[in-house]
Amino acid sequence: MQQRYNYAFFDEASKREIRRAIIKGVSIPGYQVPFASREMPIGRGWGTGGLQITLSLIGRSDVLKVIDQGSDDSVNAVNIKRLVADTTDVEVTEATEEATLIQSRHRIPECPLRDDQILVLQVPTPEPLRSFEPREAVTRRLHAEADYTGAWLELFDQIVRHGTTTTGADHPVLVNGRYVMAPSPIPRFDNLKLNQADHLTLLGAGREKKIYAVPPYTDVVPLDFEDHPFAVERFDGKRCRLCGAEGVYLDELVDESTGETYYQCNDTSYCASSACQPTKPADAAVASGAESSGSKASSRAEARFVGLSPQSSAPEAPSLTLRTTGDPSSDREGASHAR
Amino acid sequence: MLDDQRFGADEAPCLSVRHLSKRFGTACPQCAEPGASLNRNVCPRCGTVHAVRDVSLEVFPGEIVGIVGESGSGKSTFMKCLFFDEEATEGEVRALPYDGGAANLLELSSQQRRAVRNTVFGMVYQNPYLGLRMDFSSLSNIAEQMIASGSRSVGAMRARGEQLLERVNIPLSRAAEPPRNFSGGMQQRVQIAKALSNNPPILLLDEVTTGLDLSVQAAVLDLIQQIRRDFNVSMLVVSHDLGVIRMLADRTLVMLDGRVIESGLTDQILEDPQHAYTQQLVYSLL
Repeated sequence: MQQRYNYAFFDEASKREIRRAIIKGVSIPGYQVPFASREMPIGRGWGTGGLQITLSLIGRSDVLKVIDQGSDDSVNAVNIKRLVADTTDVEVTEATEEATLIQSRHRIPECPLRDDQILVLQVPTPEPLRSFEPREAVTRRLHAEADYTGAWLELFDQIVRHGTTTTGADHPVLVNGRYVMAPSPIPRFDNLKLNQADHLTLLGAGREKKIYAVPPYTDVVPLDFEDHPFAVERFDGKRCRLCGAEGVYLDELVDESTGETYYQCNDTSYCASSACQPTKPADAAVASGAESSGSKASSRAEARFVGLSPQSSAPEAPSLTLRTTGDPSSDREGASHAR
Repeated sequence: MLDDQRFGADEAPCLSVRHLSKRFGTACPQCAEPGASLNRNVCPRCGTVHAVRDVSLEVFPGEIVGIVGESGSGKSTFMKCLFFDEEATEGEVRALPYDGGAANLLELSSQQRRAVRNTVFGMVYQNPYLGLRMDFSSLSNIAEQMIASGSRSVGAMRARGEQLLERVNIPLSRAAEPPRNFSGGMQQRVQIAKALSNNPPILLLDEVTTGLDLSVQAAVLDLIQQIRRDFNVSMLVVSHDLGVIRMLADRTLVMLDGRVIESGLTDQILEDPQHAYTQQLVYSLL
């Protein structure tokens, strides 16, 4: 651990200010608490809100997981993981069930989180009424008066123009029957995971200087109309070609050499773990002629995504970064950068 | 023999305004007096602008009351005070349809005011950009107040919106288009449809025909009269155009420098103006 920084990068006063904002957010579910967003060594808009929450909360016994769009190994996630690991020396994991603190962008993990886990979501636009009303002073008043006509009107307008709501992500939700909240750009598929969840969800917007929260066991209801009920994305008849999972959020990928469309779990940790996986044989994977031995059902338990780590500089199949490894120390990929 | 009922002697006013004033500035003791002499509507000592001074009026059910006056006479500010776009400095406003006329609307909480705006008043502004959301479809514009007053059924709101658009002669093929794409006259008609969405008992019309060409003006005025006839809506019509007032209003008030200087039946005002300013106004009618 480098000692040039205080533990977890921030000075203690900064951590305390952020924690105060978090406590207020937890006390008023869905209410956006302003806070003094700090300059961070990564640019605003790259997860600084979530990072500040993570740094203010993380303790020596925590185990950290960082996800970007469902992936543990995308650049954003790796950078944030490295920064936190370099300044705290905490253990870093890719396994959802091992983590105590999970910072995520655009997804909530497939496995239901437990009450001893905290989910931190990065938020670009915390204000659900922003596109309806650009003035902050006005949107604050609308929140104070619980006037959410604008949020409903946007959904109505989408239905009038397109026949259905077109919120691909960030579908507004009503929290605890009081505040309408932007759940960060998670797909509609994940909205329902916030309702009466066992875990605490904290949302941080660094550029917009707002922190808000959904405490455990809180009602979170997506906005919808009587005759246009809220619906999540559906993947009927589609399954992950690697693990064969159904009923999870899938990415649609195209193999550019063959033009073939295939589907894959968006949550890479879920895909690689056996814990949460339905015991479906990966016949879809076999049918599509997946090359790696890692996609065989028998070896799934040991599979881990190691992605762009230095050791996997030359993966066999460029489109597929799955490798089999029985070494549990690969879980601590991020931590090794700190040494 | 006069028939009391026929002449509505015991009829209660739908909208009653008492001693409404609106000042911009912190009035000094001299100009705060009701009868203080001002330089037009500006206090010569402290510079406070008395935009509306001690205006009282009543609008009865199904009646159209007109307010005329030159630019800067305070007529639009008066309308904005009624619709809570501006905060009135003092006065009382009571509306029969809200709670039987019990409460002074100017003292309501902002939530209650929103309810009044959504259910009691329909407002049509001179500038459609003030009254419409130009980037939302016309149907959404009409649905806004229905959503605000609790409707959560897309089908019902769409049906009501299409019915209103038909009423104001906007083809349904353009219902999903934003008003930004429409001509000025069409925008004004969408605004009227929006104002009617919740069947408000009182319509506030602020210079609705200004800036429209003559044939479109005639169509809009015709529409307003039809609406009065069909829905028995009370209206308060502000205009600087005496032609519009002559055609629409049953009674008329003349405003100058924030004050009502003359009021009475429209015909009376136009044929036999008493105040020097009204005489000038009527004789300058082209």
